Amino acid sequence: MSTLPVLKPADFASDQDVRWCPGCGDYSILAQMKKVLPDLGYPREKTVFISGIGCSSRFPYYMNTYGMHSIHGRAPTFATGLKTTRPELMVWVITGDGDALSIGGNHFIHALRRNLDINIVLFNNRIYGLTKGQYSPTSVEGQVTKSTPMGSIDHPLSPLSVALAAEATFVARSIDAHVKHLGETLKRAASHKGVSLVEVYQNCNVFNDGAMAYAQERKQRADNVVELEHGKPLVFANGTKGIRLVGTHLEIVDTADVPADDLLIHDEKDPNPSIHMMMARMSYPAMPEPIGVLRAVEGVPTYDDQINEQVIAATAAKGDGDLDALFTSGDTWTVD
Amino acid sequence: MASLKTSKDVQSVSGITVRLAGDSGDGMQLLGTQLTNTSALAGNDVATFPDFPAEIRAPRGTRAGVSGFQVQFASEEIFTPGDTLDALVVMNPAAMVTNLDDLRHGGILIANEDGFNAKEFKLAKVDSNPLDANVLEETYRIIKVPMTKLTREAVSEFGLGTKVADRCKNFFAMGLVYWLFGRSLDPTLRFIQAKFNSKPDIAAANEAALRAGWAFGETTEAFGESYQVEAAELKPGIYRNIMGNQALAWGLIAASKVSSKDLFYGTYPITPASDILHELTKYKHFGVKTFQAEDEIAAVCSAIGAAFGGSMAVTASSGPGIALKAEGMGLGMILELPMIIINVQRGGPSTGLPTKTEQSDLLQGMYGRNGEAPLPILAPRSPADCFDIAVEAWRLAVECMVPVMILSDGYIANGSEPWKIPEMSGIPSITVSHPEGTDENEPFLPYARDEYLARPWAIPGTPGLMHRVGGLEKEAESGNVSYDPANHEHMTEMRAAKVSKIAERIPLQDVSGPTSGDVLVLSWGGTYGACHTAVGRCRADGHSVSHAHLRYLNPMPSNIGELVRAFKKVIVAELNSGQLRLLLRAEHLVDCVGVNKVQGKPFTVTELVAAIQQQSNAVRSGSEQSDSGDSRRKAC
Repeated sequence: MSTLPVLKPADFASDQDVRWCPGCGDYSILAQMKKVLPDLGYPREKTVFISGIGCSSRFPYYMNTYGMHSIHGRAPTFATGLKTTRPELMVWVITGDGDALSIGGNHFIHALRRNLDINIVLFNNRIYGLTKGQYSPTSVEGQVTKSTPMGSIDHPLSPLSVALAAEATFVARSIDAHVKHLGETLKRAASHKGVSLVEVYQNCNVFNDGAMAYAQERKQRADNVVELEHGKPLVFANGTKGIRLVGTHLEIVDTADVPADDLLIHDEKDPNPSIHMMMARMSYPAMPEPIGVLRAVEGVPTYDDQINEQVIAATAAKGDGDLDALFTSGDTWTVD
Repeated sequence: MASLKTSKDVQSVSGITVRLAGDSGDGMQLLGTQLTNTSALAGNDVATFPDFPAEIRAPRGTRAGVSGFQVQFASEEIFTPGDTLDALVVMNPAAMVTNLDDLRHGGILIANEDGFNAKEFKLAKVDSNPLDANVLEETYRIIKVPMTKLTREAVSEFGLGTKVADRCKNFFAMGLVYWLFGRSLDPTLRFIQAKFNSKPDIAAANEAALRAGWAFGETTEAFGESYQVEAAELKPGIYRNIMGNQALAWGLIAASKVSSKDLFYGTYPITPASDILHELTKYKHFGVKTFQAEDEIAAVCSAIGAAFGGSMAVTASSGPGIALKAEGMGLGMILELPMIIINVQRGGPSTGLPTKTEQSDLLQGMYGRNGEAPLPILAPRSPADCFDIAVEAWRLAVECMVPVMILSDGYIANGSEPWKIPEMSGIPSITVSHPEGTDENEPFLPYARDEYLARPWAIPGTPGLMHRVGGLEKEAESGNVSYDPANHEHMTEMRAAKVSKIAERIPLQDVSGPTSGDVLVLSWGGTYGACHTAVGRCRADGHSVSHAHLRYLNPMPSNIGELVRAFKKVIVAELNSGQLRLLLRAEHLVDCVGVNKVQGKPFTVTELVAAIQQQSNAVRSGSEQSDSGDSRRKAC
């Protein structure tokens, strides 16, 4: 076997000009993806990016891999057909908050609950960017946008909660500006066997600038974000504050006032998603918001493996299908 | 097992049309299927028409709950399940009042007398016992049989509860019908053994009921004689009976084999297309992967994903589901990926008539997408033809790198006929080629075109050919996103030309009868049998009439224009309000006459004969003032 060429981030760049607005958070995600992929050691020709419609969904055009820019909200369905028939490919779905949670909500849920071995990266900027500034399913209540001059009356949807309700086996969140964390999170998603969802807080500096500044800006981040680590207590504000489980809810405590054992210890491998769901519900400003891997349950059969295993099992039991034999099975008659 | 032989007189007839009608829980579809298979095995030509309600269990005993199965078996080649009935079996009053009009005068009416009581009259909304009507005795031969009572007696030894025992009465009815038409019990006995293998008492009871029904026919004084239909003279070969959806499923598998491609079938359950899924999912050992998607959109898009990966991708639905797939079909078309989209048409619009047949999605298939997105469209003409159409659709799809639509319909899907079994070695292989990786420095052009205007099918996993496809307009050859006005027009024309060029390679339209004359009947899809039979009858009566049946609807064969101009009058017969007629007029400026029916039912031969005669007579008398527009025929 010949040695594989060592790829660099630039090898994953297509020859197309990137056309996102200057200052868009998408650039950071693209850069991290190109940085992470060489580390995974997967050949470019076996890597496929599939997207829906929206600013984020232009992503595949900028990657020197196979790619498909598909239909609004439907990217997981194309990925399903591709991954079930070509399980050896590494398939990424690139989507946004409108694409995945509004028009594509149905497909998002079903790809997750089937545990299809794909990686879904959801760019969440809490706004419709490509259609120039309408509110999205993740926009906060009361948000004034082009389509909500008196403020949005929709209650926002959390992609993490939806994913956990569907019992997705890998659920994580990261932040465009937190580049190291983003790269690590993408890498972990890619190495998970089964479906993975990474929500990325992504700043739309044109239509929703600063909507998640509390998490994106380095100075504010420490106080408003809990970086999850498996087996470690949930702490933030430079270790001065922590999260404690009381009954069926989570509360903030000063770490100086409580024994370390009282803090919630993160168990990303717990098959029961209840605590993960509580963490997903932590939201600014009442609570700090978790980033990192909320849930990573390994060993769950994947949809693509199972659909192929059924073919193998049927063939083992019945032999390779013989059409001539099938046609003449059952009642036939001969005309001379 | 030796076949039972009647000791009564046997009258030989050339063909029989029977309809079995009862409550939708009475097992009429099973009875009909068995009678069909048995008749086919006896060498008859057969054609069937199952007709059942959309509800799984419509209220028992009501007219809405009546389920019927019509079969014609004959010693000559037949193309329809028959117009009028020689015999009608009814299990309750609702079945009788909803079906009696189709029984010919002098025909045999067999009624389950036990199903005719005050409670049933109320459910069927009849004032009195319809069997008591005086006019009946003068019009039909009526045989009243206490089937429920006799069935209970026949199965009493097995100690079944009344409810279970009564469920055997369709087998009693079957036995009686088998006696009447000289059918062998053996195939059905085999079926009972196989079906109720794990329930020996039920198997024994059903067999007892079947034999009791036969014995009743043999002993009752109501029947003086039975009828015999000799074997038909079909082309030599091995035959089996096949239903349309089954033939379509088998054709898809055959196409996958002759192209050495694994079949991916992404679909969402919908009547009357679901049976294709049920059939295909049995054949995983043929490399078939079936995916029951979360909705119709996911179904078509999963197929596009599989096509992108290099599989033989298929999706299927009926009208409402095809409407949902429209955007996906448009993407498949602009991506230029090969796949098959099957529409098993049913009565529309909207949910319409889910279990009834119609041909009203032709224009949806032609134009039901945003932008200019033409697709090749093929239509099978009969249940067995579904097999050939599936193979042909895949051949065109890979040759042109385009999604191909198959327009079947509920009548074909659920109908059955003898199928001359092909040998796989006789089916021409379909050549699929994927480009090999090129030198890294040589740019790959995913939208370069070959002589068919098809682009290369480069699949993920191939080094050096990485490329991106998408729904945005593409620059010619490179496939990069392009908003250039001239390029968009060029690409629109290329995609259309690719489809229209198919006309250069498909067979010229054949004609049954002379290639010019007074009247040409043009038809497509499931109306073939009725049109063929009607035209034959009119020609035998001295009319100058020919028949052309389209299997290729887009593009149509290149001689269609010439053909329609060679006749003084062109009749377009279709189960819609004139969709093919609209296309022919638009394309060929020919003034066609429509014979249209939108009742959820197929044409009868009789109504087509009347329409043809009217036009033929008009031509003969030189009177051209006859209607050139819609002449909507009512069913007789």
